[in-house]
Amino acid sequence: MIPGFRNERPRTELPAASRRDVLRGGLLAGAGLLIGFTLPARGPAPAVAATAAAGDAVMPNAFVRIAPDNTVTVLIKHLEMGQGVTTGLTTILAEELDADWAQMRAEHAPVDTAKYANLLFGIQGTGGSTAVANSWEQLRKAGASARAMLVAAAAERWKVPASEITVSKGVVSHAASNRSARFGELAEAAAKQTPPTDLKLKDQGAFTLIGQRLPRLDSVAKTTGRAQFGMDVALPDALVAVVARPTRFGATVASFDATAAKAVPGVVDVVAIPQGVAVLAKGMWAATRGREALTVRWDESKAETRSSDAILAEYRKLAATPGAVADKAGDAAAALAGAAKVLTAEFDFPYLAHAPMEPLNCTVKLAPDGMEIWTGCQFQTVDQANAARVAGLKPEQVRIHTLYAGGSFGRRATTNSDFIVEAVAIAKATGGKAPVKLIWTREDDVRGGYYRPMYHHALSAGLDAAGNLVGWRHRIVGQSILTGTPFEAMMVKDGVDATSVEGANNLPYAIPNRSVELHTVKSPVPVLWWRSVGSTHTAFAVETFLDELAHAAGKDPVAFRRAMLAGEPRHRAVLDLVAEKAGWGTPLPQGRARGVALHESFHSFVAQVAEVSLDKDGRVRVDRVVCAVDCGVPVNPDVIRAQMEGGIGFGLGAIMAEQVTLTEGRVDQSNFHDYTPLRIDRMPTVEVHIVPSTAAPTGVGEPGVPPVGPAVANAVFALTGRRVRALPFAKELSV
Amino acid sequence: MARLTINGEVRDVDADPDTPLLWVIREQVGLTGTKFGCGIAQCGACTVHIDGVAIRSCAMPVSAVAPEQRIVTIEGLSPDGSHPLQKAWAALDVPQCGYCQTGMIMAAAGLLQTNPKPSDDDIRAEITNICRCGTYNRVRAAIKLAAKGAGATQEG
Repeated sequence: MIPGFRNERPRTELPAASRRDVLRGGLLAGAGLLIGFTLPARGPAPAVAATAAAGDAVMPNAFVRIAPDNTVTVLIKHLEMGQGVTTGLTTILAEELDADWAQMRAEHAPVDTAKYANLLFGIQGTGGSTAVANSWEQLRKAGASARAMLVAAAAERWKVPASEITVSKGVVSHAASNRSARFGELAEAAAKQTPPTDLKLKDQGAFTLIGQRLPRLDSVAKTTGRAQFGMDVALPDALVAVVARPTRFGATVASFDATAAKAVPGVVDVVAIPQGVAVLAKGMWAATRGREALTVRWDESKAETRSSDAILAEYRKLAATPGAVADKAGDAAAALAGAAKVLTAEFDFPYLAHAPMEPLNCTVKLAPDGMEIWTGCQFQTVDQANAARVAGLKPEQVRIHTLYAGGSFGRRATTNSDFIVEAVAIAKATGGKAPVKLIWTREDDVRGGYYRPMYHHALSAGLDAAGNLVGWRHRIVGQSILTGTPFEAMMVKDGVDATSVEGANNLPYAIPNRSVELHTVKSPVPVLWWRSVGSTHTAFAVETFLDELAHAAGKDPVAFRRAMLAGEPRHRAVLDLVAEKAGWGTPLPQGRARGVALHESFHSFVAQVAEVSLDKDGRVRVDRVVCAVDCGVPVNPDVIRAQMEGGIGFGLGAIMAEQVTLTEGRVDQSNFHDYTPLRIDRMPTVEVHIVPSTAAPTGVGEPGVPPVGPAVANAVFALTGRRVRALPFAKELSV
Repeated sequence: MARLTINGEVRDVDADPDTPLLWVIREQVGLTGTKFGCGIAQCGACTVHIDGVAIRSCAMPVSAVAPEQRIVTIEGLSPDGSHPLQKAWAALDVPQCGYCQTGMIMAAAGLLQTNPKPSDDDIRAEITNICRCGTYNRVRAAIKLAAKGAGATQEG
């Protein structure tokens, strides 16, 4: 979780009008009211799915559009970046609408913070695995309201009591008079009805869509090439732009010579922008050739010039001293001093790139009185405000078309809207003469910063004579993601950035004496949240160290954890389920071993058991991962399974072989030959078990990631006796 | 000037001979189902077929393709998404973000040309495309489903 987001609103650079909108959206949500007014069916260009006859469609409320052809389109306020949000949110609304799944469509909503704010952020934006959680009640009510309006319209037309009308699978019926109508036939009349103020939502037992395996709405478009990503936007006469950026973070342009670049056929213009020097051309090939021909001198006086090894050495020194307090209970120092046995361990975590498969891109069409932007937009309110500021426009003059994103993993959610602002700056520098399509190459991406920060952890823990964990000291050293951003006031308290320590300062385990401390360091290297944020490193340190302690205490790792979870039934339930399904404690074939890890993130609970072996070349091979997840009501069980599978693949790739390192401030890696995600040959079998639940649903995009690293590391120990504490594994082991 | 045969149509394009086939397909022919992912033939998002063989178009100069060679992109794999692999992909809901999936399907189609019944190990050895979403197990299942000729049926 990004804890501070809950019920708090960030301080963004918004004009007064937008702040009021934020407030209004928040108040409406807080009061639990439905935004129930009729809107004209204007809308953005089809974004997610083509919607037939949108021009004649009506909107009973801000989230649903019903067309005469009987299609029902849900407006999705969140970004579809692979997590299945278009399918998940549509399921919730369709359930209360009593629609037929085959008639459902989805479309990204326009930017409108008043209507489409993330109710946990107060701004329109996607992140922190909040999409389903914040939309659950809102979209149920939107569906129920639209249903009631359809029923009222039918009652009026048929002159029968509304109470005698039923709705099922997209058909409104009155049994006594044997009449029925499809939604499309009633839509226009329904839109004229007054939205109801008292809504009765279904009992969970009456759900017919929620909890079922429904086909994803985007699968066909994504298997035929029809799905439109930001990269696929092609405006007439648009110029492709690539940017020469400094090779050291924090450097700026001193001077440049564009003579040779402009001589490259197809290159149209070369302009300086705050981020570097942009080359504009009639196509990507000419743009990149032009950039190669460019000569830029950089001012590196404020640049990072250290190597990552040197930075890490400084982190290690800091870890020997007390840091800012992130969690404290009892007296950790005394407990350690009096313990029968004390263990210590230090961990290194590298910078990580998000490397979404779709390289960053943004298309901008700038006119004197307004601007249109096409991109896989994740932070709509923030991006609109930042783009407007750079262009010298008002936010309401900026129209953003949100397209499918080819992955993000956090990269598109920057508080400074970095790549969007870059595209706007280029459009401005060229006077808006032609639309600009900014494309980052993969090298730009891997070398472009906004990494998961590098961290060093130092832990000490004490066991009493009976093997009980009595003292715990955990020090974390690394850069802050949010200091210096508009989110600082909300998320950084008393020198502790919540995103640096989440997963470490909220342990579920009953440890009487704890001290969790943080050292925050500064560097020009830009850092950012990366799928599961703080839990990417805290879960690894905590869960592998617990495993060491269990072994030192002579206890089974599952039993050792379980004994400390008496007050945490949901943690215990996923741990018990994964142990049962993985056959924990049962014999394995020779040469194979298991490890377990448990972690809560974003209010979802996940436990995993990994089985590892060594292949014929002695390389560590993860054969199988069994995963148990409790994310409340499982809205789309197959999407949940897919997110656990994918999270495991994503997390496994990182702990095995991904790292960004610096030599004299310059990034050593550049593309997928040296920044190496998991490929199919190393993907384990994954079994996902979902805990049945009636609790409000929580996120699944991120929580599958944190446990896999420590589960695998613990299995590697069980197999080889080696503790890997410096990531990635490839530094110490053959993988 | 280059002459190409793409999805059965002859197209004349004006491109520098060194231009990667990928950018000609995307920018000049306007077929955007073939994706840019790395530019160095590492990830496979740009996979197309030339005379039935899967190749990575981001690292192939347009001048290396002869006019009579048959280039097939995802848009030409089937007229309506009915190729057994596309049906299997949809039946198992393989895609997440979806960006790599068209290249993944073209790589799988190339594999099935030479090995109609690949084993799990064959797939692990031959499919080297990168998917950051981690859809690999469903990719493997969908290839096997298509190979069984049961692309239209669902499996849990």
